Amino acid sequence: MIEIENVHKSFGDLDVIKGVSLTVNKGEVVSIIGGSGSGKSTLLMCINGLEVIQQGSIRVDGTEVHNKATDLNRLRQKIGIVFQQWNAFPHLTVLENVMLAPRKVLGQSRAEAEDIAVRQLTHVGLADKLKVFPGKLSGGQQQRMAIARALAMSPDYMLFDEATSALDPQLVGEVLDTMRMLAEDGMTMVLVTHEISFAREVSDRVAFFRNGLVHEIGTPERVLVSPQYAETADFLKSVL
Amino acid sequence: MLTTSITSTDLLFLLQGAWTTILLTLWAMLLGTAGGVICGLLRATLPRATLPLAWVLDAFRSVPLLIQFVLFNSLKSIAGLDWSAFSVACAVLGVYAAAYCTEIVRSGVLAVSPNVRRAGRSLGLNYWQDLRYIVMPMATRIAFPGWLNLTLSVMKDTALVMWIGIVELLRASQIIVTRIQEPLLVLCIAGLIYYFISLVVARLGNQLEKRWQEND
Repeated sequence: MIEIENVHKSFGDLDVIKGVSLTVNKGEVVSIIGGSGSGKSTLLMCINGLEVIQQGSIRVDGTEVHNKATDLNRLRQKIGIVFQQWNAFPHLTVLENVMLAPRKVLGQSRAEAEDIAVRQLTHVGLADKLKVFPGKLSGGQQQRMAIARALAMSPDYMLFDEATSALDPQLVGEVLDTMRMLAEDGMTMVLVTHEISFAREVSDRVAFFRNGLVHEIGTPERVLVSPQYAETADFLKSVL
Repeated sequence: MLTTSITSTDLLFLLQGAWTTILLTLWAMLLGTAGGVICGLLRATLPRATLPLAWVLDAFRSVPLLIQFVLFNSLKSIAGLDWSAFSVACAVLGVYAAAYCTEIVRSGVLAVSPNVRRAGRSLGLNYWQDLRYIVMPMATRIAFPGWLNLTLSVMKDTALVMWIGIVELLRASQIIVTRIQEPLLVLCIAGLIYYFISLVVARLGNQLEKRWQEND
């Protein structure tokens, strides 16, 4: 369970998150929508400690993320994250990209790590690209590799930070398919996304962020189909 | 008109000088790269705290190498150090190369996208693992052409060690010129030898780069 309580985050004078509270239960898929600068991506980075917070608390399975005593490297093993810019390691092959963390962080043997990596890459449809370097892949393929790379650590949570925003339109589908598959497998997921129809389809709950706050949250039907607030309706109108 | 008094012994003498040039370059680049990697990483990761280091290295980059040779050689005598001229040459060239290499390494490390490093950290890699498995390999590819440039430039700068009494390729050719008075021919031969050494270094470098590029 991810428990976010009254989190404040600022970059210098700029307040990005101004007191967000949100709970994500085990097995739940929560989508976060909202305009740029609303603090939704920043919140994801705070969940696994890639960004520090100024106030409030974030607990993952009871562990305080922003506590000096917390072993972040250990905590991050169970929180996979997929970025907008897929961030492949360009000097490693697809297989090596996926094997790196299991080998170095979990201390798996080469055979063990390779076994898991091949399985994950097959799962995302890249079984024929194992020995290829990321530079030779399309954006969609690189993003699927990034998903496999995160999954190879057997995380309990997956965070997606606008995973399809940087992709050519015709490549979005293959990445969404992969994410849908994960959701169907029961993975606990937090998605920051602009794909409203996808959010409606896979989410248990949808949160609309505005000015660093959760403006509206509820079931996809409630938030996306019949929103309570005019700002939510305006935002939906602007992206559809 | 086409006769020459250059002998095979002279050619051998030139080659011996060339060998000294190669040894000096090797040692200088070995010391320079080791020092440059350490200082460059420090400069890239702790830019504020290592500012004094930057000032010191700046001095070595700014003062002409010839002055550094002569000053260090005198310093050595004053301090009573029992170093050979060759050791002095390697030390001075090594520090000089390290000063340049620091900037090459620093720029390479800073060119690695913070987002890629974030992706590494998000998988649970700790700071050192990120440095070792992601930053260093990527920075090496970025910094390599600059490093190769430095190697070639240091190779030519080794000619300055003649001022502290070492006979390397250029000094050897001067000695022969003084005796047989055929500067054009001798300097052409010496130039060709320099060119050949550079060619081999550059070729090896290109091959390495090509291997990396196949991956991109």
